[in-house]
Amino acid sequence: MRIALALMFLCLVTYTANSAAATEDLNTTGSNTTDKRKSGYDFMGASTQALQNDDSQNPAMLWVKDGEALWNREAGKDKKSCASCHGAAPKSMRGVAARYPALEEKSGRPISLQQRINLCQKNHQHAAPFAPETPEMLSIESYVGLQSRGLAITPSRDAKLAGFIQSGKARFEQRIGQLDLSCADCHDNYAGKKLGGATIPEAHPTAYPLYRLEWQSLGGVERRLRNCMSGVRAEPYAYGAPEFIELELYLAARAAGMKVETPGVRP
Amino acid sequence: MKMNPNLLNTNSARRRHILAAAVGVTGYVLVRPAFGAPATLDAAISEFARGTKVSSGRVKFEIAELIDNGNAVPITITVDSPMTDADHVVALAVFNEKNPQREVIKCRLSPLAGRAQLSTRIRLATSQKLTAIAEMNDGSFYASTVEVVVTLAACIEE
Amino acid sequence: MARTLITVPPTPKINTVIEIRALIQHPMETGFRPDGEGKLQPRNIIQRFECRFSSGGRSDLIFSAELFPAVSANPYIAFNFRATQSGTLSFLWTGDNGFTQAESVALVVV
Repeated sequence: MRIALALMFLCLVTYTANSAAATEDLNTTGSNTTDKRKSGYDFMGASTQALQNDDSQNPAMLWVKDGEALWNREAGKDKKSCASCHGAAPKSMRGVAARYPALEEKSGRPISLQQRINLCQKNHQHAAPFAPETPEMLSIESYVGLQSRGLAITPSRDAKLAGFIQSGKARFEQRIGQLDLSCADCHDNYAGKKLGGATIPEAHPTAYPLYRLEWQSLGGVERRLRNCMSGVRAEPYAYGAPEFIELELYLAARAAGMKVETPGVRP
Repeated sequence: MKMNPNLLNTNSARRRHILAAAVGVTGYVLVRPAFGAPATLDAAISEFARGTKVSSGRVKFEIAELIDNGNAVPITITVDSPMTDADHVVALAVFNEKNPQREVIKCRLSPLAGRAQLSTRIRLATSQKLTAIAEMNDGSFYASTVEVVVTLAACIEE
Repeated sequence: MARTLITVPPTPKINTVIEIRALIQHPMETGFRPDGEGKLQPRNIIQRFECRFSSGGRSDLIFSAELFPAVSANPYIAFNFRATQSGTLSFLWTGDNGFTQAESVALVVV
């Protein structure tokens, strides 16, 4: 079993061959001194880091508190809350966000955590699902995400996802937009260097949903990716588009082993 | 014209009066919101101090020198004061140099505070100077001025 | 009702100076920002924050602040208070468009 796991991780490592610092010795907990990958946290100023470090100062915790209320709120025709099936989130949701995007068995496709929550709402609560990037969706997503804080990003090793990861990797390396730049151009080749006054991070989705100071609000990874696409003057994909899910899946594989920081703060 | 510093309310009639006075002094109307009176950082400081000389020292202004994003800049102002009935800070204010409006925040403290310290997060439109000014119960004023560089985020909504 | 997050030390020792942290969800729309069509979005800010301490029938204003558009969205204010006795800390935020929010937290001094 351990050999199979090690082989699977080696496969994931080859996918990250283009990244600035591929890991040589990837263990399941991600706490590894030879791992040269850096979270966006490491590229921020100390005072912005201080906002993320302290739950009493982190504005994202306002959404997390809302998320906790939503977790316990009854909805749908059967008046069920998330808690009705899942009980207390710190126990049942521990490690869940760290595994997403994950394989959805019926469709055979990867889905994001937001989409998983929507499926629960539709199929199990029989309630109206929260639309992507709405305050309710972000609140519940950040509350669930918090339950994985400190754990390693652990993408699914299901072989059925391999093709989607490859597709996401191709998209990461594809030049797009009027500026004709790919994600890899900036985030693999120029990570740590400057874009104007801003330092370019390595683009690991370790902290989503996060409070972006630029947005003055909490937002999800897809909102950030849409900003990236606007940044290179490309038409952004719609929220929940399969292109995004594949890209997020690749990003999670590329960040495998790094610690979840949700809910983060970023400039 | 003198302002009663105890009236910490947003009296728009009072502000229009101040703007009219400013017009008289400068001879032209700056394109400013009706509720923002002093035009320069120095004018804002001297208005807060009611013309009293402002000394340096006693006020510590903690802020990052290089700011990731001007939307939320953490600051901590600490005033060296025993906060006793006999010797305490009564008011603390922060003013800026280049935002659309000079005032940032104005606070009132009492000896019940135990320590004269304020932490908050502020908006900075661009690289500029900031001044934190404290009013003591004996009518004296102390201030500290910092200068910071504000960088812009990359890859944003538009 | 805006979401708030107030942090007070749970059981401070008598006569220690504690830090009180108050965070509230609010856009603090400055009134200086144009929308997509170039039209100025109207100002919508919290203008005043107050904290009172009540104990044994007596209520004192221990901190107040006048906020301007330069205070960030989701305003965070931290200030100090010498905890001499147990009582109730009451917080009040008021602002544009009739915004008003009150919260209270027990202070237990040991």
